[in-house]
Amino acid sequence: MHIFLMLLINGLAEGALIFLMAAGLSIILGLLGVVNFTHGVLFIWGGYVSIWIFSMTGSFPIAIIAAVAAGFIMGLIFERLFIRPVYGNVTAQILITLGLGVVFTDMARLFWGPNPIPASRPEFMDGTWVIGAVIISQYRIFLIIIGILVAIAINYLVNRTKVGMVMRAGIQSPDMVQALGINIKVYFAGVFAGGAALAALGGALYVPLVGSVWSGMGINNQILAFIVIILGGMGSFYGSAVGSIIIGLTVAFVSWFYPPLTVYTTVLLLLLVLTLKPEGLFGMAVRN
Amino acid sequence: MNPLLKLDNVSSFIGPFHILQGVSLEVYPGEAVVILGRNGAGKTTTLRTIIGLVPASGGKIILDNVDLTAMPPYNTVRQGIGFVPEDYGIFDALTVEENLLIAMLQEDQETLDRRDHVLELFTDLKESYKRFASTLSGGQRQMLSIARALVNDNKIILIDEPSKGLAPIIVEKVRDTLLTFKQKKTIVLVEQNFEMACAVGDRFYIIAEGQTVLDGTMKELMDDEELQRKHLGFVTA
Repeated sequence: MHIFLMLLINGLAEGALIFLMAAGLSIILGLLGVVNFTHGVLFIWGGYVSIWIFSMTGSFPIAIIAAVAAGFIMGLIFERLFIRPVYGNVTAQILITLGLGVVFTDMARLFWGPNPIPASRPEFMDGTWVIGAVIISQYRIFLIIIGILVAIAINYLVNRTKVGMVMRAGIQSPDMVQALGINIKVYFAGVFAGGAALAALGGALYVPLVGSVWSGMGINNQILAFIVIILGGMGSFYGSAVGSIIIGLTVAFVSWFYPPLTVYTTVLLLLLVLTLKPEGLFGMAVRN
Repeated sequence: MNPLLKLDNVSSFIGPFHILQGVSLEVYPGEAVVILGRNGAGKTTTLRTIIGLVPASGGKIILDNVDLTAMPPYNTVRQGIGFVPEDYGIFDALTVEENLLIAMLQEDQETLDRRDHVLELFTDLKESYKRFASTLSGGQRQMLSIARALVNDNKIILIDEPSKGLAPIIVEKVRDTLLTFKQKKTIVLVEQNFEMACAVGDRFYIIAEGQTVLDGTMKELMDDEELQRKHLGFVTA
């Protein structure tokens, strides 16, 4: 029983991290119709910036804020210079975002070196709680709480604010949103930058969990995030949340009992959903 | 009197297709102008070009002495244009309340009062206020689309085929609605339903192959079956 509880917490923490990546990716795909392969590199940069700032200030919150700010600014620049000219052209989006991924991964290597840099957890979250035979990592509980808070914040933004209203309307008809006097391009840029900031937050929180940052850590998480959004339903925020939990738990349980099967199980899950419900669990229309 | 809206030899493309090839028209304050023409003549494109959803490639579009020709649509609308598109343009993922809210350019007391007044006019919408727009009938969607154009203090309302796809009894309701707010608003109406056009319009323009080919009063057109046969392809009973 205690192993089950530990794996449950590990899985939920893993799911929370994947959710930070997948939520942004999913909203960008749903509203902008952009297939974004820069998410992995934003995740990496979030990780590097956070430990860089942490090493200078010794403050974990400042490091996290700096990583999120860096992700947001990079997102704004990416959207304005590289994504905006190729809205509606999926092939160009894939090529350009893959290219950006390569360039900015190498830039990270240039700035911070090719070797992994060790990172530690903030002292106040470095401990464990022992309840009976169950050992609970405080940092994993922190990740779950952050995941829940981000999900609540996104849900509030999407369903309770005018910004969310414009986002939901924009998914259906950006032209009509403009015909109501709203500059949808500003929202597009904001959504892209917001999604980028979430990816950077994911990277910044991932580094203390695994104990180091390296330039290859983005790709695995990006693949998991893509699996999540296909599993949950492209463009669906709820789909990303549920898909992240499913994948997080699957990875935690399978990797405990039989690690070599982990990747196969996630892909098998994806195949199952695509076969039985091709639009994903909470699928909705995605702009062409 | 100066025209409120003036199109001077406007042209525009959709992709490689030269759709508008010289549309000129004038709309004076307080009147209802109907744009008529056969399918594919360029009527809808004329409205979308005025709004800026289709960029004008030539000519001039002036609204109340402001040049709209090169303006993006979100700025064009803010000059005082309400737009009711052919497919209603209703957002299914939003409630009726949110569909009205998103259309409000300001949320001051005056705009809120106008919204309340519009809801008094369209009682169906008031009853469905908290429901998602995806649950509305065709007639209710049309009403919501018109209501959205009325929540702002617009100088002019552009309406694209409001009777299209609606049951005759709903068309009557839409016509009555247009007649009600026609007394207070300047209207440009694109309409295939000739009865509706005659009931609402004061003047008409006929567009053929992307050009304005004829204009006059609705009465002149109603009285001249030869004109109707030649330009619209039908004869009224």
